[in-house]
Amino acid sequence: MIELLALPYWQETSIKLGLALVVIPTTSLILVYLFLFKMMAFMQSRLGPNETGPYGSLQLIAEAIKFLQKEDINPAQADRRVFRLAPVVVLASTFLLYVVLPAGPDAVVQNLDTGVFYAMAVSSLSVLGILMAGWASANKYALLGGLRAAGQLIAYELPLILAVMGVVIQAETMNLQGIIEAQATGEIFGIGLIGNPFILTQFLAFLIFMIAAQAELTQTPFDMPVAETELVGGYHIEYTGFRFLLFFMAEFGTAFAFAALASVMFLGGWWIPGFDVDSNILNILGPGVMLGKILLVAFFIFWVRFTYPRLREDQLQKFAWKVLIPLALVNIVITGIFKVVF
Amino acid sequence: MPQLPGLIKGLGVTAKTAVRTLFPKRGWKTLIPAPQKGAVTVQYPHEKEAPPDRARGVIALHEENCTACMLCSRSCPDWCIYIEGHKVKAPPRRAGGKARSVNMLDRFDIDYALCMYCGICVEVCPFDALFWTPEYEYSEPRIADLLHDKIRLGEWMDTVPDFLEYESGSEQKVRKVPR
Repeated sequence: MIELLALPYWQETSIKLGLALVVIPTTSLILVYLFLFKMMAFMQSRLGPNETGPYGSLQLIAEAIKFLQKEDINPAQADRRVFRLAPVVVLASTFLLYVVLPAGPDAVVQNLDTGVFYAMAVSSLSVLGILMAGWASANKYALLGGLRAAGQLIAYELPLILAVMGVVIQAETMNLQGIIEAQATGEIFGIGLIGNPFILTQFLAFLIFMIAAQAELTQTPFDMPVAETELVGGYHIEYTGFRFLLFFMAEFGTAFAFAALASVMFLGGWWIPGFDVDSNILNILGPGVMLGKILLVAFFIFWVRFTYPRLREDQLQKFAWKVLIPLALVNIVITGIFKVVF
Repeated sequence: MPQLPGLIKGLGVTAKTAVRTLFPKRGWKTLIPAPQKGAVTVQYPHEKEAPPDRARGVIALHEENCTACMLCSRSCPDWCIYIEGHKVKAPPRRAGGKARSVNMLDRFDIDYALCMYCGICVEVCPFDALFWTPEYEYSEPRIADLLHDKIRLGEWMDTVPDFLEYESGSEQKVRKVPR
């Protein structure tokens, strides 16, 4: 497909950039409307927004316009430059995550050989932005939230990476396209009809990945950094208007990206059973398949979010270090043994 | 993992609520999503909620019963009742008696911007001049318009519901709302 179009590098890059600029806000729009507004409302036996646009679908746009209208306030004691930069750093981490997410054999911004490694490294960049926001706000609640976020995100980065290790060992590659290919060409007991989505062989890793991703995204059972009842909003307490919108967009954009990572690594990505892995038609059908899988994974993330109350800080740390990390290590060992034996 | 059954049950509860809200209809119609019917909330501007008879919406004044005794004004925690009155001579009750002096009400205002709906004024009124009514639609674009004068307060009298029957066995007589 790329050979067919044969665009110069700068044209290709600007097309990809424009696409990314449209796609990322749209993804958080979809997630917020579908799950945060509507599904949450139904789970609480309400209707959710239903006045703005058909079925309230333009509500988020109205909210974005509201945020844009608000005054951009800097606290007097704040470290101005760091304070203003922090939301951009958080959003940059989200944007960088989208670089490696594949939606088809060629529909990917950059097909990196170390895709998994890159995604994990880039997603932990947001901790930096959150710490910057917490520190520069010159507010004790924001600082507490920032420190909690640092402790939590570092603790849950480990099980996340260790869970992914199992997949990498089984697929024998860190390239996300390679992982999809390994799932597509894989066989279950000699039958290659639906390939071998790694959720079957790596179910433990999938569970650990989802739990750790929940904590990485600071979604509700693990939302101590923003705990609105204890810390009145944590690190975004001092942010208003556009800068708050950046945090908000980053939160849901990252949720979408993590759901995409989960569907690439565990659910078979864009591959449709019956097609060749590199057939051109998958460049068109692939994004749709990916979107379906992403929404399925995101549904679980938000379902858990709306069901459980917040954990305590010590329970959170205990859960990561005493349960998730040992389990993930056991998973790696078992995967390695199976890889060598078979 | 003793928490696991509870965690799974919790997920079931939210999922069940979502399905019941989205698909409230029975039979084959279950497949048609109708959250408008399933949700327990009332879509306020479109459909009006029927408040219970004892709801504390707004306070009505029956002017003829008021003697300007100032009890309500003095017991109001945030001083939102303004009363002014003057004395007039009224004809004696019996022929040849002394002329009585009666309090006439000049001003009776309640500032609903201040009122906190505690109902002490209604409780304390010895002459049955103040009543709760469940009416709640009287918001104003200007805050000064929330000061209801005695004519406006008198208009609320039409919306006062009859007192409810006491529960059986009570020897208290049910009071009547003066109409």
